[in-house]
This record gives sequence, structure tokens and C-alpha cells, in this order.
Amino acid sequence: MDKNRRAFLVSMAQNVAIAATGAIVWSAFVDEAKASQLLLRPPGARKEDEFIKLCIKCGLCVEACPYDTLMLAKPGDYKPLGTPYYIPRDIPCYMCEDIPCVPPCPTGALDIESVTREEGGKKVFDITMMRMGVAIVDIKDCIAYWGIQCDACYRACPLLDKAIYMELRRNERTGKHAKLLPVVDPDYCTGCGLCEHACVTEIAAIKVFPRDVALGKVGEHYVKGWQKKDEERLKGSKGIGTTVTPRSKKSAVESLNEGIDFE
Amino acid sequence: MSKLWDKYRFLLARRLVQLSVLVLYFGANAWGWKILQGNLSSSLLFQKIPLADPYALLQIFATGAIAAADVIIGAVIVAIFYALVGGRAFCSYVCPINMVTDLANYLRRKWNLDKFEKKWWASRNIRYWVLGLSFILSFLLGTAAFEMVSPISMMHRGIVFGMGFGWAAIVAIFLFDLFVLKNGWCGHICPLGGFYSIIGRYNLFRVHHNQPNCTLCMKCKEVCPEKEVLYMIGKKSQMVDMGECTLCGRCVEVCDDDALYFSIRDFAKKGDSHES
Repeated sequence: MDKNRRAFLVSMAQNVAIAATGAIVWSAFVDEAKASQLLLRPPGARKEDEFIKLCIKCGLCVEACPYDTLMLAKPGDYKPLGTPYYIPRDIPCYMCEDIPCVPPCPTGALDIESVTREEGGKKVFDITMMRMGVAIVDIKDCIAYWGIQCDACYRACPLLDKAIYMELRRNERTGKHAKLLPVVDPDYCTGCGLCEHACVTEIAAIKVFPRDVALGKVGEHYVKGWQKKDEERLKGSKGIGTTVTPRSKKSAVESLNEGIDFE
Repeated sequence: MSKLWDKYRFLLARRLVQLSVLVLYFGANAWGWKILQGNLSSSLLFQKIPLADPYALLQIFATGAIAAADVIIGAVIVAIFYALVGGRAFCSYVCPINMVTDLANYLRRKWNLDKFEKKWWASRNIRYWVLGLSFILSFLLGTAAFEMVSPISMMHRGIVFGMGFGWAAIVAIFLFDLFVLKNGWCGHICPLGGFYSIIGRYNLFRVHHNQPNCTLCMKCKEVCPEKEVLYMIGKKSQMVDMGECTLCGRCVEVCDDDALYFSIRDFAKKGDSHES
């Protein structure tokens, strides 16, 4: 009897140990596979962690795209296996007005609501509502910032003068010319990547990144005094917080006088 | 000719279905056909009827996400179909990995590897452990865990959308089945096969054994990928009652004595099928 029980316990322990070993290897692999952050998802995609839960990797969005923009990640791409993404430098999103890629999604990983607005009581698709990413200008390698005239990205932008506008600045080097500088407004930029696709430099000087990666956040206690009712954002916040950075740990006087020998 | 038909009719039917499914999916992606779009994870039949992998959907639920209605309807349709027709008919008639493991098995028999190889023993219940683990891992990792590593999806997606390094997984399974463990992947590890074994436990279509005709030649057991389901061969007349049977029909074809045949589930004898 005792021997039987021992044998049973040992074999149970064996099974559990094998399962645990397998689970650890497996989970390490999966965790690694889904860790990639610099990935541009199709229009209407939910937040990355929600998206990766819901996406069933069927490729219906890929098939629906008339420009072959979307791809499914293959083994060897170092991206979450089987999930859809696009590389704007190769093929950007052309922002079809009927958004063919979103409705076929069977699981809701691509959210129709996020690209739909009401117009006269009717629901209409609005591709300008999508936020796949945001374009960032590399001002050191953009030739417009050198003073050479180039507006390739600006002309390529489907939301011209909104998502990218040209800022006029005096060219201090020559003293008598102007620079026309492309500037991205993240409030409008959808991340379609037509700018990145159009950029004339060898490696694009304007690049689309996922919004979570590219954009900052000011925190609640900075209020725009010049905007009507902006203070109302503070309502319901749990007191005014203080942003702590390595620099703000010491008092201002202490920080300023640091390292100075007064003798 | 009729002998050829007798000996290979189910095999031909299976290859025909497997290849047609692949061609239809491939055509949808490459040439915009509208018959069967998507892939085995989730698809659209005739642009209307949703079809989805119920196991993949359960993994999505395990992550805590609520999927949209389309995929749920699709998964229910597929689940009902395999519950009636036979769960593991998916494995032998649809799954593309089946062609890989069948080839490994064929070579095993041709080269007599069973006689010479160093025997490993592995429980055929591993697949149920893997099945359970896949749900736990999906919950912990927040993504459908088996779908992230599934060689079935890799191969299928690879053929429809582009292979990448996916061929490595296929080669690995082929070598594993050929040299390491007989029926290693499909018969021991694959949780999708385990899942369909459970779903198809009470399906209608069954292989039946007619004991008086049996001459104990054991050709059926030699060719069967899940030979534990043929425990009644030569012992008693009875239908194959285990969910692990893939309904591939090879046993029916290779039997020279008409001792095995396909038929509807034998409800009358259900009672005594669990004896012995």
C-alpha cells in the first residue's frame, strides 16, 4: 500500500516536472516572440497587448488590402508570429476611404468603431481617425533642414497642411534665404507612411513609429492657461502630482551649487 | 484498376481534400478568389459563412479577451461539424502536417526503421497535457500560446502567405517522426489533435470491426497512426469507440478480409463497447 502510494506520488511528480519544463521553454519562446514593439499594425488595431490577445492570425486583413501593404509575420521575421504588420518604406498604407482591411477581421482585433464616426445620424468610415503610428522627422538628415528645397513628404501626405505643414525659417547661414521645414502634427498624423515612402534620402529622414514608442506625455499638472477651461482636466485628479526626475530629487539651490568650490 | 480504388480510395480522397483546401486558400490570397478566404485559423466561405478554429478561439478566451461575434459563430460551426462527422477527420483530411507525418510513416515502413530503431516510449496522453498547458500559458502570457508556436499554422500560413523560416519547423517534425518517435507529433504531442479527439468522442461516423472475418494479419495495426484505438482487432466485433481515431480509413483499405468498414455509429452496441 505504502509502496503504491510512493510510486503514484513519484510518477505524478515526474509528470508535473516534465510539464513544467516544457511550459518554461514554451513560455520563454512565446514571450520572446511577442516582445517586438517597433511594429506598425493595420488600421483600427487595438492597443498592442489587446491586439496580440485577439488576433487569430487568419490574414483576412492582408487579403483585403488592395495594395499588398499588409504582411503576416513569418518565422525569421522576428515579429509576433502570424500577426499582420506593414513596412511603410516598402509599401505604405494608402488610406482607402472604404477601409477594406478592417471589417473582415473576425475577432475584433481591428476595431471598426475606432475608424467610424457619425454623420447626420449615419455611421461612416473615416480613415483619418486611425492612429497606426506617427511620423518623426530626423532634422539632421532631412535635406530641407540643410536649406535644400524638398517637400516630397509634404506633397505625399494625404492630410497635407494638417499632418505635415511647412514651417518657414530664415536661413542663418546664407542670411538671405529661407528654409521650408516639414513639421509633423501628431494630432492629425495617421501613421500611413506615405511620407516615409516618398522621402528622397537613402534612408528615410522621416519615419513612422508606433505612437506609444514615439510620443511623450506631459502629466496632469501642466495646464494650458491660454486654452479655455483647460483647468477642468484637473477635476477628479488625486491632487497635483509632481514629476520626479533624477534632477528634481535635490532642491534647486542644492542642485545649482553642486560641485562648486566656494573657497 | 478497381483494386487500386479499393486499396487507396480514402487516401486519394484525403489528399484531394487536403490539396484542394490549400489551393483554395492560396488562390484567395494570390489571385483574389472568393471561395475560401483566410486560413485554417479563421476563414470566410463564399464571403458569407465564417469558419474558425475553435481551439484557437478558446486560447483567445483564456487570455481574457472577448472576441467578436463573427469568430465565435465560425468556431461553433466548425465544432459542430467535427462533433458530428468525426473530430479527428480534421487531422487526416485537412491538416497539412498530415502529409508530412504520413510521408515519415511511409518511409518508416519502407526502410524497416521500426525494427532497428532504439525504442523510445512516450505516452499518447502528452497531447492532453500540452492542451491544458496551452490554456494556462495563454492566460499567463496574454496571447494564444499554441498559435505562437504551432507548426500546423506555420506550414499552412507558409503555403498561403509565404513560408519564411517555417520550413525548418516542418523538417523538424518530419525528422522527429521518422527517426525519433513513431507518430511522434500527431500521435503524441499535437494539442489540436487532442482537442479534436475530445470533440469527436461521440461522432456519428465510425470504423467497425467484424471479428469473424479477421485473419489476424495485423495490416491494419501496422498502418494505423493511432493503433491503440484498434484494441478490439481479432477479439470481438465492435466499432472503434475512441476519439483518437482520425477516420483516415487506411485500416479499411489495407484489410484484405473485409473485417473493417465505415458506417454510422452503432448506437445499439454502445453499452458493451466499454467492456473488456
